[in-house]
Amino acid sequence: MIEFITANPLLAALFALVGLSLIFGAVLGFASERFKTEGDPITDQICDLLPQTQCGQCGYPGCRPYAEAIAEGERINRCPPGGEATIQALANLLDTEVLPLDEDVGEEKPKSVAVIREDECIGCTKCIQACPVDAILGSAKHMHTVIASECTGCDLCVEPCPVDCIDMVEIPVTLKNWHWQNPAKANDIIATDGGQA
Amino acid sequence: MSDIIFKLTGGVHPPQNKHQSTQRPIAAAGIPNTLVIPMSQHLGPPSKPIVAVGDRVLKGQCIGATDTLKSAFVHASTSGTVVAIEERPHNHASGLPALSVVIESDGRDEWQLMPAIKDWHLADRDTLLQRIHEAGVIGMGGAGFPAASKLSTDKNIHTLVMNGAECEPYITADQMLMTERAEEIILSCELLMHLLGAEKTLFGIEDNKPEAIAAVNAALIERGNDNIKVIVVPTVYPSGGSKQLIQILTGKEVPSPGHSSDLGIIMQNVATAVAAYRAIALGEASISRITTLSGDAIGEPQNIEVLIGTPLSQLLEQCQWQPARADRIVIGGPMMGYTITDTSLPVIKTTNCLLVPTREELPPPPPAQACIRCGLCAEACPVSLLPQQLYWFSRAGEHDKLQDHNLFDCIECGACSYSCPSNIPLVQYYRASKAEIRQAQADTEKAEHAKQRFEARQARLQRLEEEKVAQRAARAAAAKKRAEEAATASAKKDEVDPIQAAIERAKSKRAGGNTAATNESVNQVTKLEKRLTAAKIKLASAETVDSDKVPVLQEAVDKLTQQLAEAKANPVTTSHDAAVDPVQAAIERAKAKRAGNAAPASPADEIAKLEKRLASAIQKRDMARDSMPDKLEAFESAVATLEEKLAAAKAKAGE
Repeated sequence: MIEFITANPLLAALFALVGLSLIFGAVLGFASERFKTEGDPITDQICDLLPQTQCGQCGYPGCRPYAEAIAEGERINRCPPGGEATIQALANLLDTEVLPLDEDVGEEKPKSVAVIREDECIGCTKCIQACPVDAILGSAKHMHTVIASECTGCDLCVEPCPVDCIDMVEIPVTLKNWHWQNPAKANDIIATDGGQA
Repeated sequence: MSDIIFKLTGGVHPPQNKHQSTQRPIAAAGIPNTLVIPMSQHLGPPSKPIVAVGDRVLKGQCIGATDTLKSAFVHASTSGTVVAIEERPHNHASGLPALSVVIESDGRDEWQLMPAIKDWHLADRDTLLQRIHEAGVIGMGGAGFPAASKLSTDKNIHTLVMNGAECEPYITADQMLMTERAEEIILSCELLMHLLGAEKTLFGIEDNKPEAIAAVNAALIERGNDNIKVIVVPTVYPSGGSKQLIQILTGKEVPSPGHSSDLGIIMQNVATAVAAYRAIALGEASISRITTLSGDAIGEPQNIEVLIGTPLSQLLEQCQWQPARADRIVIGGPMMGYTITDTSLPVIKTTNCLLVPTREELPPPPPAQACIRCGLCAEACPVSLLPQQLYWFSRAGEHDKLQDHNLFDCIECGACSYSCPSNIPLVQYYRASKAEIRQAQADTEKAEHAKQRFEARQARLQRLEEEKVAQRAARAAAAKKRAEEAATASAKKDEVDPIQAAIERAKSKRAGGNTAATNESVNQVTKLEKRLTAAKIKLASAETVDSDKVPVLQEAVDKLTQQLAEAKANPVTTSHDAAVDPVQAAIERAKAKRAGNAAPASPADEIAKLEKRLASAIQKRDMARDSMPDKLEAFESAVATLEEKLAAAKAKAGE
């Protein structure tokens, strides 16, 4: 062995390199099969940041398609239900600039739930078919109602209703969901300038 | 008595201002005309009213019930009539209304006591816990945590800590309670030790309450219980925080996240302990509390024992308040209290102080300046957080970093805000950020839930679509099969009438005439010749190899030769007979066949067959009822048809 190396340094080096490349090639080949990632991980991460209202206001049929589009390079400011917070989170994740919400797709509204005016409901089931999260309960020719805890406030049931009996009602502040607000914006000026700037 | 105490990290020393309200003994507030008793005075879900408008209730009668230890029972504070159950302005930082039971008192103050458990030292833990729960005892120090929930820990508790520190300025409710009712407090310590199975009690009292310390010590000596130790702790804010007092008394820090019970320690405020004792030993529900009224705008600052639900205005008037001098009304102390504007709000179980300062006494905070990173807040923080970092992160909305810096360990004591030279309302930022983070977590959970539901719905729609396609294919296949069956059935039908078929066949045969018969005999001759040749070859080979089979083969050859000769001599023997009258013969054959077939197809067999078909049809229909309700009608009509047929067959058989 040593003799062969000393006698044929060129050949020995060649064999060594070929041997190493074969070993590492095999290891890498095995690893690429063994640790294969299913799907696109960045799409999943983007999708997790979206509010999952499945409202389609972004122009895509649901949150995942929009996440896929963002991964392909679509702008991140097309999600009105997520609003500024979602844009901020997406910008953080993708390390891009924070854009203001695209006005074409709508504006950020306070959180609300759909409420069916039950006296007026004719039982057409159109809203049930429209609801992306199965939050509407009812059957043909029977009154429908919204399961408030499941409703994402996506608006999609309002349009199909032939008798226009669905309202989007803002979630009221109660003792249960009340919380402290941030103090009014501080001036951040020195005391001697108080109120002048 | 052990006097080893440990130092609290951080803390501030605001002016105590406790002397004003300790000059007078605890007074009684009297019975108001109308009491408003909110159903959510505690942490946890609100109780549900169990009385109706118009009901007469007695003092101590339960009016709000719950089925969980995380909530608390609510009781009528005096006897009277329920006049309303509705949303009323609530004594809460939010100023939002809460469902309340409104009682108009009858002035008789008639008690309805629960049976007293006089020998509580013999009673088991569950009985005592149940009583504390039913009496609606909650943390009276300000948090309002249901006492039964706290005491029902399954951890092994060795130490009870009694919290008599009362560190917040102005408030003296616990101090007066300890001074005036020390015996009851010692008894309540014994009760809680018995309930928890604790070996000892550490009774922490701040050194600015010498009368209280003396009274408790005197009661202790009289009672002669060595397991209760009064420990005097130095006055520093917030030594009365539960984790802080435990740290001062034991030197142990409550882990984060975790509870004091993880260290084998449970802490109770003295007022809470007394309420629990009264609930057990006297059967009294928690329907009153001691509240401090203090501040320069209060003419006669003092402590008042007040019924829960009493309007604040009554207390203020009783203490001669001067509305003109009052700058604001604070519920709680100056460090952690909240401001209210409406004096018609009720006193609730957690209302330990009503502070009405003048503008000079507690001037409104000057506008906040920029943070100069002086670090005083970090020195003041009793839980060793970095308030200024938290402040920056809070303003930037960096939730992850806030959590990394342990925002949720903040006890919102206000020491940082108090020490801040720039007057930044730090605690308000932390409270808002905590709420934002909780909201964000709730939103994430909801989004995840919505996603699951959306995906489940997508999967369902896809499955239905696939089922529809499969059904369509199955229907098409079934139709094809039916068509094929119909075709074979019609073919069979032809055979069903063998006579006709035989007649046809015979006719065609006859038309073919003798030619066919001749052909047949020629064929037979050829066949026999072939067989004969083969037999001869076999015989020859047998003769050379094996002589055993030779005679048999010889015989066969002879027989075949004979047959061949016969066939040659009488070429149309067989066919000739048939050809004599093939039609007639066929008719005869067919008749025999039909007779043979008809015999098994007797009425009885027919009925059996029909019954079998009916059974399978019913089975199919039942299956359809579960899997394809839309096809049910078709299956039902099939069953009906079969039943008709069966009935007809039976009738026929009867004939």
